[in-house]
Amino acid sequence: MAKPYINRPMDTKQIENIGGATLDAVTSIGRMTLFFISGVACIFVRPFQLDKIFDHTWFIGAKSLFVIVLTGLFTGMVLGLQGYYTLVTFGSEAALGAAVSLSIIRELGPVLSAIMITARAGSAMAAEIGVMRISEQIDALETMQIHPIRFLFSPRIVAALISFPLLTAIFDVVGIFGGYLTGSLMMGINQSVYMDKVVESVRTIDIFGGFLKSFVFAIVVTTICCYRGYYTHLSTTQGYGAKGVSMATTNSVVQSCVYILIVDYIITYFLV
Amino acid sequence: MTLPLIQFVDIKKSFGSNHVLKGVNLSIYQGDILAVIGKSGTGKSVLLKHIIGLVSQDSGELLIRGIPLHSMPRKEKLLFKNELSYMFQENALFDFLTVFDNIALPLAENCLYPKSIIEERVNTRMQQLGLGPIGGKFPFQLSGGMRKRVALARALVTDPKVVLFDEPTTGLDPIRKKKVHTMIEEYQRQFGFTAVIVSHDIPEIFDLAQHVAMLDEGKIVFQGTKEDILHTHTNIVNAFIRGEE
Repeated sequence: MAKPYINRPMDTKQIENIGGATLDAVTSIGRMTLFFISGVACIFVRPFQLDKIFDHTWFIGAKSLFVIVLTGLFTGMVLGLQGYYTLVTFGSEAALGAAVSLSIIRELGPVLSAIMITARAGSAMAAEIGVMRISEQIDALETMQIHPIRFLFSPRIVAALISFPLLTAIFDVVGIFGGYLTGSLMMGINQSVYMDKVVESVRTIDIFGGFLKSFVFAIVVTTICCYRGYYTHLSTTQGYGAKGVSMATTNSVVQSCVYILIVDYIITYFLV
Repeated sequence: MTLPLIQFVDIKKSFGSNHVLKGVNLSIYQGDILAVIGKSGTGKSVLLKHIIGLVSQDSGELLIRGIPLHSMPRKEKLLFKNELSYMFQENALFDFLTVFDNIALPLAENCLYPKSIIEERVNTRMQQLGLGPIGGKFPFQLSGGMRKRVALARALVTDPKVVLFDEPTTGLDPIRKKKVHTMIEEYQRQFGFTAVIVSHDIPEIFDLAQHVAMLDEGKIVFQGTKEDILHTHTNIVNAFIRGEE
């Protein structure tokens, strides 16, 4: 004889777990949205925090320059090499300039720049704010009547909005130059053909699309990284203290990278 | 009878299933130095954080000059909060700011004064607390005692009317403990602020405090003068003072 109800307590627990996880996810999304709105609203509160914006632009932008140049150069070089061997089989290696420049400007430039900045600056944001949370520095701000989100998040988001497009532009230029190095100097494609194809194929809408992506990625990365650090203490599963901060940092990087790819697809879908 | 500046009326607070405050009744009077004592983990810091607004009660009333804090108009609430200052147990100094900038932060960020006046006030506080030549250093370059003094200078730079001290002498040797106590006593006399001090330094804290309250199992089990506590017949209080279970 079958015992149809024997697993009922287990089933109820599983449903409870799913419900709990769903509620946690919805709460987290709501909290992150409020965090973002509050941070953006505080940008316009006087006095403007120009010195902090400058400091963070230096940290996010100028200090990421080397890694962006390096990544851009090798991405362009690999594209040049791969593109050449693919195109040469169809006898259309002259189109290498177009292939490299469009791939970089439309997709690889904004996406790889954002991922590299997340790895370098985003993780640092999450860790720094997380440490401030566990060492009561954020509580100290509140006791001094200083709005913590305005103090910590607002200048960073402005700095990211300045830095991301600039770094993406540098990545694009260096990447196209990388393609030129392998395509023209190594594989022997005519230099002026390569450059002509770059100029010919790239339209304003491509550049606009790339910059639009970098603006959106700036918002996504800064919000996720600052939010994860700011609410380190609320994540009961991650533990508190150093362990909590390290998990918040890891999660912020992983989550930012995943969201960059998702948002990239959505924007591309509307742009093409 | 004088109206208390701050009054806890049956305040209850839980964190999940952990009931920290189980109906706290406590009165804090203007210009008084009140020491809050009790075993570790009984909710003394949580009690302090209710006053500054870092934690909100689940039930009960927090009265400010007889008016419930939650029903105060926003502007009045803000004015009251501007009168408060908090010194954290671990100092909570900002590692990325110099000592000078740490002390100036509450004045600079709230745009309370022009830059020259902020500089003057910070320098004055630094001199009063013997922090003269270290303005350009960062907190991690200082000793524990110096960091305490920087935290105290930051707490006092806004000329607060109420200063909340959360175990201000934790981690200090007996000589420095005494120095911090003397400092608090001197500045309280000089500036006339109301002080609430959470402390484990028994009996030293009785020399500093005018009144003492003891928190046990989430409730205030004793409140009175320092003379009263030394002559009380309450078993829990006597045992705690003697360091017995």
